[in-house]
Amino acid sequence: MRLSNSRWLPVMVVLAAIILIWYVGAVWLNAGLVEQRLEQTGKEATAAEFAHIAFSLDRPVLPAPHQVAREFYESVFTRDITSPRSLVYHAEITGSATLVGFALGTLLGILLAVGIVSWRTLDRSLLPWIIASQTIPILAIAPMIIVVLGNIGLTGLMPKAVISMYLCFFPITIGMVKGLRSPDPLQLDLMRTYSATRGQVFRKLRWPASVAFLFTSLKVAIAISLVGAIVGELPTGAQGGLGARLLSGSYYGQTVQIWAALFMAALLGMVLVALVGVVERLTLRRMGAKP
Amino acid sequence: MQTLRTDTTMSADSLRPASREDNRPVAIDIRDLSLTFRTADAPVTALSNVDLQIRAGEFVSLIGPSGCGKTTLMRVMADLARPTSGHITVNGLSPEQARLARAYGYVFQAPALYPWRSVRRNLMLPLEIMGVPASEREARAARYLEMVGLKDFANKFPWQLSGGMQQRVSIARALSFEPKLLLMDEPFGALDEITRDHLNEQLLRLWEQTQKTVIFVTHSIPEAVFLSSRIVVMSPRPGRILEVIDCNLPPDRTLDVRETPEFLTIAHRVRVALRAGHSYDD
Ligand SMILES: Nc1ncnc2c1ncn2[C@@H]1O[C@H](COP(=O)(O)OP(=O)(O)OP(=O)(O)O)[C@@H](O)[C@H]1O
Ligand SMILES: [Mg+2]
Repeated sequence: MRLSNSRWLPVMVVLAAIILIWYVGAVWLNAGLVEQRLEQTGKEATAAEFAHIAFSLDRPVLPAPHQVAREFYESVFTRDITSPRSLVYHAEITGSATLVGFALGTLLGILLAVGIVSWRTLDRSLLPWIIASQTIPILAIAPMIIVVLGNIGLTGLMPKAVISMYLCFFPITIGMVKGLRSPDPLQLDLMRTYSATRGQVFRKLRWPASVAFLFTSLKVAIAISLVGAIVGELPTGAQGGLGARLLSGSYYGQTVQIWAALFMAALLGMVLVALVGVVERLTLRRMGAKP
Repeated sequence: MQTLRTDTTMSADSLRPASREDNRPVAIDIRDLSLTFRTADAPVTALSNVDLQIRAGEFVSLIGPSGCGKTTLMRVMADLARPTSGHITVNGLSPEQARLARAYGYVFQAPALYPWRSVRRNLMLPLEIMGVPASEREARAARYLEMVGLKDFANKFPWQLSGGMQQRVSIARALSFEPKLLLMDEPFGALDEITRDHLNEQLLRLWEQTQKTVIFVTHSIPEAVFLSSRIVVMSPRPGRILEVIDCNLPPDRTLDVRETPEFLTIAHRVRVALRAGHSYDD
């Protein structure tokens, strides 16, 4: 009990501080709107009334935390999850694109890393292109990817997954190249004394040595993959997905809705990263990592 | 390359193996072998004009001050390092052919265990690679773990073992595929005296029973004298053979032999030779 207290206390303190700053910010940023409203009605307001109005505007510049919380609660728990008004519905759409993109990106990332580590020429010829691919802003090429894929008949989930893949293979390639090269000379010499084949060296030494590196990369990659899926929903005019929800929110000035969707995205990201973390812990424990 | 003939310091009869091994085939034949490491600054001559013939079934210890090229010489035999000049054959083959034929087991100076494998699975690694059937793998792992006194630790991971225990696992691993030639680089360096004595006796018994050829690096004179049929004394800068000392104590010897005059005489000869190597430094 004490242990969990001491673990949660700092988190709670930081959370309280953030909420406090947020409320202050909400008053400050919404002051203009509140004054407008007061002018229209010709009323005078005390500080408390002023704050009260600032916290209950329909389309505030910055909604107050409780407004976001209420919108989040209502759009998650009180609505049919198959309706487009439910955040769960949107999260499911974005989440599935994220997972497909993540799976494809992981596969691509690992294949590239294996190629780079196995063939010297690939190391020289491929790596510059891989790095170049990541310097192009994704927002610039996302619409092109969607148009091109749309032309060959891929719409809906696939274009978003491809954008996710495009973003998330990179940390996996980099991490796996490092992991596959991590065995020390002595461990490699040992394989040499057994005159092991390249395949055996890979399966019994390089691959297991890289697993810890792989998981570190996977945690980064799945978060990036989520960003990719959301970005992929922005230029499509997609009907569903957290990206579409953000876009329609900003279109209609529904800031409360935007913030609720943002929190859903953050929550989704945290859950996904945590899931990878659980698999990591189980796998590494089976491989004898120190607890 | 600058070379210095140093094998004149060897007496003629010490070059020749003891008579009972005369008719055995030569396991390792090294002639005029030199190896120079090219480093960023000055080149390092790790081995200079080494001549050594080892017959099958011999137990040869390499002894000499740190940095005299013992590990390097073993690595050349194992095809882990290429000599700069000279000739070497292992079982009549080139070191590379011998390595591809899995002619030897190598115990490195450090344990080199794979941290993601349990002790038992570390032991089975060479057996997996060499295609030994699963049931036989388990049996061998159990037998050799028992031999190094670690059968209760089969399912532990390397980080749960002390340094000396890890080294014993690596010895068992090299024994597990039962090579005819064993290259052991300071295998007992990290062990306490009593465990070391125990494993010395076991290694001796194993050698007598299996007729293996053993090349053994050590810094301990008593250990070398107790185990070996010949002791090769090396000296550094450049690494070379100073003297080869015959050392045929009775085959069924036990640790008590260390109190006998014969033992002490040989130990004294080794010590004198080692001192000569050290004084060369000044
Ligand atoms: N890879 C290398 N590159 C450059 N120099 C090396 C390399 N390996 C060994 N040497 C040098 O070769 C010499 C012999 O090294 P070696 O490891 O064979 O010594 P050793 O007799 O095994 O010593 P120790 O008893 O400390 O293990 C040393 O001077 C060392 O600095
Ligand atoms: Mg050494």
